Amino acid sequence: MSVKVMIPTPLRAYAGKRDSAEFSAATVGEALSGLTNQFRELRKHLYTEDGKLRAFVNVYLNDEDIRYLAKENTPTKDGDTISIIPSIAGGSFAR
Amino acid sequence: MATSTQPQTGANRTTSLSNEEILRYSRHLIMPEVGMDGQLKLKNAKVLLIGTGGLGAPLGLYLAAAGVGRLGLVDFDVVDFTNLQRQVTFGSDDVGKPKTEAARARLGNLNPDIQIDTFETKLTSDNALELFKDFDVIVDGTDNFPTRYLVNDASVLLGKPNVYGSIFRFEGQATVFGMPEGPCYRCLYPEPPPPGLVPSCAEGGVLGVLPGIVGSIQAMETIKLILGAGENLVGRLLLFDALGMKFRELKLRKNPNCAMCGEHRTIHKLIDYYEFCGVRGEEAPGPDVQVPEITPRELKARLDRGDELFILDVREPHEFQICNLNGHLIPLGELPRRVHELDSSLEIVAHCRSGKRSAEAVDFLRKAGFRKIQNLRGGILAWSDDVDPRVPKY
Repeated sequence: MSVKVMIPTPLRAYAGKRDSAEFSAATVGEALSGLTNQFRELRKHLYTEDGKLRAFVNVYLNDEDIRYLAKENTPTKDGDTISIIPSIAGGSFAR
Repeated sequence: MATSTQPQTGANRTTSLSNEEILRYSRHLIMPEVGMDGQLKLKNAKVLLIGTGGLGAPLGLYLAAAGVGRLGLVDFDVVDFTNLQRQVTFGSDDVGKPKTEAARARLGNLNPDIQIDTFETKLTSDNALELFKDFDVIVDGTDNFPTRYLVNDASVLLGKPNVYGSIFRFEGQATVFGMPEGPCYRCLYPEPPPPGLVPSCAEGGVLGVLPGIVGSIQAMETIKLILGAGENLVGRLLLFDALGMKFRELKLRKNPNCAMCGEHRTIHKLIDYYEFCGVRGEEAPGPDVQVPEITPRELKARLDRGDELFILDVREPHEFQICNLNGHLIPLGELPRRVHELDSSLEIVAHCRSGKRSAEAVDFLRKAGFRKIQNLRGGILAWSDDVDPRVPKY
């Protein structure tokens, strides 16, 4: 089962400048593990030291927030898209 | 602190348009979705713009042009030369003027029939509720996390819609928070990222057109809220990728456990948002880490003496192309795997644009065992100011 993970601009620097990557995974958690195994530097940006997804990183399966599904245990199916949506604050970049 | 272009009209609702206004708004008036009723709603509407920068530019211009009767502008900044690349409210003559004053002149010229109130101040926990209370819609065009949480919390406390937009390089987000049935910013992001994990200025920058597009989306949502027309972005996060030229949307749910708008909320008043966002938020002056420093003048003197110093430039390659000090380039993000390129027996001076990234590099290298390493205080900017003005600032 191939699942596409979309990597947001602020995190691409830690993911070989890629904007997406595909993994064979049965759950959202497996796909994210695939991602952080391939790009080790991403791990600390997505997970806390005790392995929990960080509160300012939102993960969506297609257009649904996984917090309202089965979180990282949410099952995936072929062709699903997982999006990582970190908070961005930019507006005027005056500095 | 507030200054108005016109005397306050008080609570009286305007119930008619002048012949001149009818002509000005004729392309609205002939649309059934706006019409006379809608145009009068716009004329009676009061919208507060937080920030008159990149997002605030199209917001101010379009809302003024559309005839929003009262526009409040909050900004403490002055127009900088580097703003002109995207903050299209301002002209070259405005550099150095307060943004609120320059914006008021431009918007007042665009539409003399509206009232423009300017608040040349930083939005704080002490003034937010007082500023917001007279307005119907709050529009968030700020550029930092502490202010975004402050705008959210104050909007929720007063029950006012918060039209949200944010941008990063070539990506944008927009939605409407703060409606009774919809989520607030804290439902989406209960906590801000810790300062160390916020993308540094190395990955910063923004394509000038992007805030134009995202700010225009915010202006459209604001007008729809006022008119009560169409389907607004409540409960939907619109994502825009300018490079791929793609729009996507995600569902946003109201979090029943939200600390701000949930059933058992724990936040009942405004807090210290800089503390909440960690250390000093994004607007922190100076480096976050304390490392040994050398000033540009000291470095110049030592180089002139012929001292052997290894200059390490930790910026990105595209920045190196703008200007450089003939240093060895290793971008901060690549430092961990390229440490072997450095000789710890040499005296190293690390620099970046402003001294912040290089402070992180020096901190990292000291932990990796480098002892003879210093940070160039103020980076290339300070070098240009104090040593060699031929080096351009960017």
